[in-house]
Amino acid sequence: MANGIPPVAATEARPAAKNGTQPMIRVENLHKKFGHLHVLKGVSNQVDLGEVVVVIGPSGSGKSTFLRCINMLETPTSGDIYIEGIRITDPAVNLPRMREEVGMVFQRFNLFPHMTALQNIALAPLKVRRVSEKEAEERAYQLLDRVGLRDKAGAYPDQLSGGQQQRVAIARALAMRPKAMLFDEPTSALDPEMIGEVLDVMKALAGDGMTMVVVTHEMGFAREVGDRVLFMDGGQILEENTPQALFSNPQNERTRAFLSKIL
Amino acid sequence: MTFSWTLIWQTLPMLLTGAWVTVKLTTISVALGILIGTFVGIGRLSRRRAISAAMLVYVDFMRGTPLLVQIFLVYMGLPQLLGFPIPPYVAAITALSINSGAYVAEIVRAGIQSIDRGQTEAALSLGMKPRQAMRHIILPQAFKRIIPPLGNEFIAMLKDSSLVSAIALEELVRKGQIVIGRTFRPFEIWIAVAVLFLIMTLTISRLVAWGEKKLRVGD
Ligand SMILES: Nc1ncnc2c1ncn2[C@@H]1O[C@H](COP(=O)(O)OP(=O)(O)OP(=O)(O)O)[C@@H](O)[C@H]1O
Ligand SMILES: [Mg+2]
Repeated sequence: MANGIPPVAATEARPAAKNGTQPMIRVENLHKKFGHLHVLKGVSNQVDLGEVVVVIGPSGSGKSTFLRCINMLETPTSGDIYIEGIRITDPAVNLPRMREEVGMVFQRFNLFPHMTALQNIALAPLKVRRVSEKEAEERAYQLLDRVGLRDKAGAYPDQLSGGQQQRVAIARALAMRPKAMLFDEPTSALDPEMIGEVLDVMKALAGDGMTMVVVTHEMGFAREVGDRVLFMDGGQILEENTPQALFSNPQNERTRAFLSKIL
Repeated sequence: MTFSWTLIWQTLPMLLTGAWVTVKLTTISVALGILIGTFVGIGRLSRRRAISAAMLVYVDFMRGTPLLVQIFLVYMGLPQLLGFPIPPYVAAITALSINSGAYVAEIVRAGIQSIDRGQTEAALSLGMKPRQAMRHIILPQAFKRIIPPLGNEFIAMLKDSSLVSAIALEELVRKGQIVIGRTFRPFEIWIAVAVLFLIMTLTISRLVAWGEKKLRVGD
């Protein structure tokens, strides 16, 4: 990376990026196999700019795998994924460059334990975006403000509660100024009293217009900020609709069975 | 014949110069071994088959053949190829460090593999290149975990370095042999040599335990 920003894909220009007509994320007939285990069986969908999509479904249905394919932490077996029109499943694509644009928040936080909250947030802007140390630090403090943790700047992850760790993890992802954010069950490793503080941060983010794909079983969150809910089972999207419609009037038998267990 | 403390006092300065050579030899060899081992250990985990296979061959060879043979190979075998002799000091450091590198490689590999996959995934998801993730995220965490096994490696190397006495390098064991040749008192001298080794190994294990404690912050 000698000078400036290299093109994301070597083989493709950026068609119609940023003009608003291109979906933020587009997934076409995505399949993923782990050995003989066929986990994703032809998933297609698209997420528009500023949209908040909630993914629900039983354990093992492939929700995490779907999400992890979107930033290529898993390599799809077949099918295509486009971010702002750029085909990231192209073997020639610059994956690190593409991942700068798509933030991810994990169920188990995955903060870097050998760094303070501030360092966790500042690291990627410093090393990847190559901003100055001063700017990285300023940005990190702003983000800590945003998640309400300025006073924890110097704390190490093991000195923070689960809810605080997850808020730092969100700030860390936001520090790269991504165009979209992926959340994989961000509250399911948390004690109940800490879920609210994390959801509040996510709601504020949605309010700011961030494009989000959220795997969660927090139906209140889905109702309040979700534009669309996808129900996955057996590696497929069986049903999708607005939260109101899907929760009150599920069409698919398995959606109904799932919702009756969870609501 | 009784145990002669006087003799030990008289020969101690000579034995200590040998011990000092042992310490230098071991420190330099393990330091080089860590350098080699870090690259080889990472190479063992490479996705490129040719690299990981080559590293495995190196590790297996070094761990599967006697160190004494490796020392002879470098000291007596290599000059035949090169056409000029290698000084014992150079041969000793070469043999010990490439041997140590193989053991350190396995320590480094295990250390890297002990770090949760989620750490790498978080780093990659932020746009870091695999190399950056390794350098800023994985290695610093793995480093803390490999301190104790590296300490063990140092202790093992300190003892094994005595094998270079076979190529007349005057480390502690060789010095002991020389002193015995002059005094004909093997019992006292070998006891003294053993005690000197013991002092060195105990000191190192204490240092490692102390360093480990210091590094535990933030783990
Ligand atoms: N790396 C992997 N290797 C092998 N099998 C995997 C791997 N990752 C996931 N799987 C399998 O793929 C299936 C789908 O997993 P996935 O984690 O996507 O489900 P999920 O919908 O996120 O479930 P949960 O609600 O429990 O998180 C499961 O059967 C899982 O065991
Ligand atoms: Mg999951």
